Amino acid sequence: MALLEIDNIHTYYGNIHALKGISLNIEKGEIVTLIGANGAGKTTTLRTISGLLKPREGTVKLNGEDLAQYKAHEVVYKGISMVPEGRGVFARLTVTENLEMGAYSRSDKAEIQRNMERVFTLFPRLKERRTQVAGTLSGGEQQMVATGRALMASPSILLMDEPSMGLAPVLVELIFDIIQQINKEGTTILLVEQNALMALGIASRGYVLQTGQIVLSDSAENLKKNPTVQKAYLGME
Amino acid sequence: MQSLKRFSWTDVFMWVVGAALLTLIVVGSYLTLQQGKYTTVQWFDLAVFGLAQGSVYALIALGYTLVYGILRMINFAHSEIFMSGAYIGFFVATSMQRSGFLRENPVLGIVFIFLTAMTTSAILAILLERIAYRPLRGAPRLVPLITAIGASFFLQYTFRGLFGTQNRAYPEIDFIRGAIPLFGSFQIQKIQLIVIIAAALMMAALAFFVQYTKTGKAMRAVSEDKSVAALMGIDVDKIIVRTFVIGASLAGAAGVLYCFMFRIVTFYMGFIPGLKAFTAAVLGGIGNPPGAMLGGLFLGIFESLGPTLFLDGLGIPAPYQLKDVIAFTMLVMILIFRPTGILGERLSKTKA
Repeated sequence: MALLEIDNIHTYYGNIHALKGISLNIEKGEIVTLIGANGAGKTTTLRTISGLLKPREGTVKLNGEDLAQYKAHEVVYKGISMVPEGRGVFARLTVTENLEMGAYSRSDKAEIQRNMERVFTLFPRLKERRTQVAGTLSGGEQQMVATGRALMASPSILLMDEPSMGLAPVLVELIFDIIQQINKEGTTILLVEQNALMALGIASRGYVLQTGQIVLSDSAENLKKNPTVQKAYLGME
Repeated sequence: MQSLKRFSWTDVFMWVVGAALLTLIVVGSYLTLQQGKYTTVQWFDLAVFGLAQGSVYALIALGYTLVYGILRMINFAHSEIFMSGAYIGFFVATSMQRSGFLRENPVLGIVFIFLTAMTTSAILAILLERIAYRPLRGAPRLVPLITAIGASFFLQYTFRGLFGTQNRAYPEIDFIRGAIPLFGSFQIQKIQLIVIIAAALMMAALAFFVQYTKTGKAMRAVSEDKSVAALMGIDVDKIIVRTFVIGASLAGAAGVLYCFMFRIVTFYMGFIPGLKAFTAAVLGGIGNPPGAMLGGLFLGIFESLGPTLFLDGLGIPAPYQLKDVIAFTMLVMILIFRPTGILGERLSKTKA
């Protein structure tokens, strides 16, 4: 049984049919990437998994349990954590407070402390800035806060929406290194990226999304060699 | 090109009005002080009274500002939450007065009045949020505003229907009457001191709560971004209800303090203090709790000292009757010249 099973979901924004029957599976320990153009439905897929949007049809199952009955804030307790698009740090809260909010679903003080240490080990920069208000941080540091904050919930699967957006290449490298490290420490990752080349570089498998449908799914290796993908998403002729 | 703004006659006109008012204040104050009709002791009394009144405004203003901070909505029914707490507190006080309990155990009795008033206000606020506001979440911002005004009338007229239109005299509680002598001929009314201290304690407790507790931090997170807060596992609806409960409890307590000072209860008693507190919230910067506290205290003192200080010297008879004019002129002036208030954000600014 896959860790996360998504079966034929249809999600709407009002009358707009955004996801037209998406199915995907993620096994425990994998990094899976979802690539596609703007408006293809990548963010909508993540928002549906995290419960912010409810599918009109289809199911999202975590460890075999249907998540339809849970609201967004309850899904976190099930083990799904999300780094939202545009980072979504709480600008007026300090770095530490942001991380504490990430641990809102946890009640074990020792576990929270351990997670906090882990985040500070992954991102030593955040430790230096822990009393600083998050709104005053640079884009890269805010991405660190958003990522660290999601880890505070001890998720079994981490959903990441465009972690490279708006970051300098050096920082993108750093964030991708960290993603791999988080994965090695046992967290499964579903990564949505515009930067398909980088994403396929660290993922084991990928899905290609086009106008609300999955048009391709294969191993990352094969996707990188696929002429359609090369042309449309990797900028190769 | 920020510095080369388009020239507008409206701006010029408003600046002239503002300058004229400022001149009036300066000249009026100068003349009043020069005539020396009032002693230092009288000024001191006015200032302390203003501080006490301002503390009540601040407590109510916090309710407006907390709800605005989270929902970007002005809860115009908040003044009725204040009134209902005061009203129920009045019934408790009267019956305890009749039974003699209040005379024998004044402290316990007063605590009990506060508890019932705060509970009443809190319960009403929970119902208000559940029935009138939650179903409209996500509706255009004008819609909950209209419901809020409707809910305000609903509560006012329910109380009028149930308890009549008359002014009711609050029981005299001997324990809180009298004055405490300070130095010389300076003294301070016991009740004013109690109001100031009680309000200060509650505000300190609120500040601690918002800054350091898990729920307080969650309130701040929700006020910044509701969907991200939900992704953290925060039950946004629950936090909104708690915010209403906190604001309402403060309003209920303010209602009791208000009654202790002015000793009168009516079904429409919430209207003017509610508007004043709203002014205070805007003055301090709506959505900003320290701003509401500051705005409330400032307005209270301004309103207490202002009429006598600014107008007496100009030969205006009974200047104290004009205190509401002064308060609301100030509201208009703030909205024109500093819509962000002392510490806060613009009233019309929508957050993404």
